[in-house]
Amino acid sequence: MVVLWLMLLLAIITATGLLLSRDWRWSLGLLAGLYLGVFWMVQVHWPITMATVKLVTGWMACAILGIAQINARVEREKDNIWQQGRLFNVFAAAMVLVVSFSLSVSMANWLGLSLLVAWGGLLLICLGLLHLGITSDSFRVVIGLLTVMAGFEVLYSAVESSALVSALLVVVNLGLALAGAYFLNIAQEKTA
Amino acid sequence: MSAPVLWIFLPLALAGLLMLVNNPKVVFLAACLVTLFLTLAAWLLPIDAALTIGGWTFKLVPSIGILGRNLTLTSADRSFLALIYGSTFFWFIPTASLQIARRLIPLGLAITSMLVAAISVEPFLYAALIIEMAVLLSIPLLTTPQHKPTKGVIRFLIFQTLAVPFILFSGWQLAGIGANPGNLALVQQAASLLGLGFAFLLAIFPFYTWIPLLAEEAHPFVVGFLFWMLPTTTLFFGLGFLDRYSWLRDAPSLPAILTTAGALMVISGGLLSTFQRHLGRIMGYATIVEIGFSLLALSLGSQAGLGIFLLLLVPRTLSLGLWALSLSIMREQTAGLSLENVKGMGRIWPFAASGLILANLALAGLPLLAGFPAHQAIWEGLAHGSLPLALWVLVGSLGLFASAARVLAVLFSAPEGTNWGSRETQSQRLLVVVGLMGLLLLGLFPQWALPLWTKLPAIFEHLGQ
Repeated sequence: MVVLWLMLLLAIITATGLLLSRDWRWSLGLLAGLYLGVFWMVQVHWPITMATVKLVTGWMACAILGIAQINARVEREKDNIWQQGRLFNVFAAAMVLVVSFSLSVSMANWLGLSLLVAWGGLLLICLGLLHLGITSDSFRVVIGLLTVMAGFEVLYSAVESSALVSALLVVVNLGLALAGAYFLNIAQEKTA
Repeated sequence: MSAPVLWIFLPLALAGLLMLVNNPKVVFLAACLVTLFLTLAAWLLPIDAALTIGGWTFKLVPSIGILGRNLTLTSADRSFLALIYGSTFFWFIPTASLQIARRLIPLGLAITSMLVAAISVEPFLYAALIIEMAVLLSIPLLTTPQHKPTKGVIRFLIFQTLAVPFILFSGWQLAGIGANPGNLALVQQAASLLGLGFAFLLAIFPFYTWIPLLAEEAHPFVVGFLFWMLPTTTLFFGLGFLDRYSWLRDAPSLPAILTTAGALMVISGGLLSTFQRHLGRIMGYATIVEIGFSLLALSLGSQAGLGIFLLLLVPRTLSLGLWALSLSIMREQTAGLSLENVKGMGRIWPFAASGLILANLALAGLPLLAGFPAHQAIWEGLAHGSLPLALWVLVGSLGLFASAARVLAVLFSAPEGTNWGSRETQSQRLLVVVGLMGLLLLGLFPQWALPLWTKLPAIFEHLGQ
């Protein structure tokens, strides 16, 4: 239980950090940390071997995005909202934290989950949606989508343990990361 | 050999191979021959029955197992396969004359086979994930290395991805309803999740903002292909839900929900198309109107509604195809497709301009053109229930008429003394003329699409009966 609390805390810190981070290296490091939390929350319901798939997939997605960033070698356009809205992001994340906690009680009853796992999953979905709502940068959009999917996978693992679904979700996550890498390469070719 | 290998894995493997081929003629020929073969095979070859050709006997097995689940294509799916691969063949033919064969065909074929896999996967709810994979495959189609990812592409990716959690969760709820059908709270939750999932997936009002954006930003032919392929497959996926769950099919509020969503799309799409200053965006809004008409058709009741929904498919393929082809021809030689850029161009590209106008009018439901019989049946069906609603829907169609009239005026308003000519290539002229003839002939003889129309309902166990 203590480890689960710690992993939930990790998910909160990393997902909020993703909202605030301006450096892609930090963003990918935080995303990798987030997948560690996801792995732990998923292994509550799944065998550890199956849950490891989430961790490996998440880290592969981070690696794909990281390699694409290194190859891109271009500074992304400054996102004004991003620059000016740090305080707003912190407040919004705090609001999401409270709202997701209040919703997680009914979610836990509905899905038959522990409160911590339900809160973790819901929090990631909400923070991912917030991320999608405040940025138009393609790299950050992909990170937002990966966060939403990670939260969903935490919740869905409680109700579905099919190997095929797990495999398809792996493909979708890696596909999102590849789409992000493709967007970054496009930006590079344009600059070149 | 199994049917999924023939209609899913074979085209998928070919798509992978074609990505490695540099010669556009080879790509074009291979893809056209294979899609034609798959269409004919779907039409002629029985599934799960022995077939003897000469001294050689073989049988197409309907199922293949993957990770404990199945991909299943039965004999009932053959007309759907013929429709999908036949329309893919139809979409691939103009790629040679537009010089986009290498760009569209490999990924287009992969997307088609993924969407067939989506319809064949058991349990069918997993289709949401396979459709998402098709969406991800379409990203490189919609962007080019010369341009940054546009707002439309990003929004398309976000909305389609957000559909996945809703549909998968609704699937879990639906399984619960099967075990406990009297639980109204569960039914409401499942219906809400399913509705939201399909609102994202099918770009239902108000989640359709990416459609006009994409239509403005990306290549018109590629966009046209996706505007045909994705909503059609998603609608069949949605019909699968209605077919499987009797509580959903018989829900008293379902016709009202479908009518409201459909009418909102037709009215808003039709009226907004009138105010657009970009030819691509008008095609985007026409697509929104068409999705709305599909929902309205389904709202008319399971038997009659399904028939009208199926009647919409062939004219829509033809109209969207011709519209996208005409726009692509114009786009080759203009700075852009805004009305300012194409002013008076009807005298230089008369074939493309005619194709554009007639395709627009066909989707608006002009009498004697291909879209009219299905649209007329929908207007009539709606008028039986509510005359004001039918009139509002007619206003939406009038919006498309108005945009066609406006485009006509812009395309042919050249200064006095401007000479007529035709800059289209021979093959482009031929393709446009064939498309125009198709629109006229299907309008005059809608019964020619009857074989498809009568066989397609067999895909549904309950809706089609």
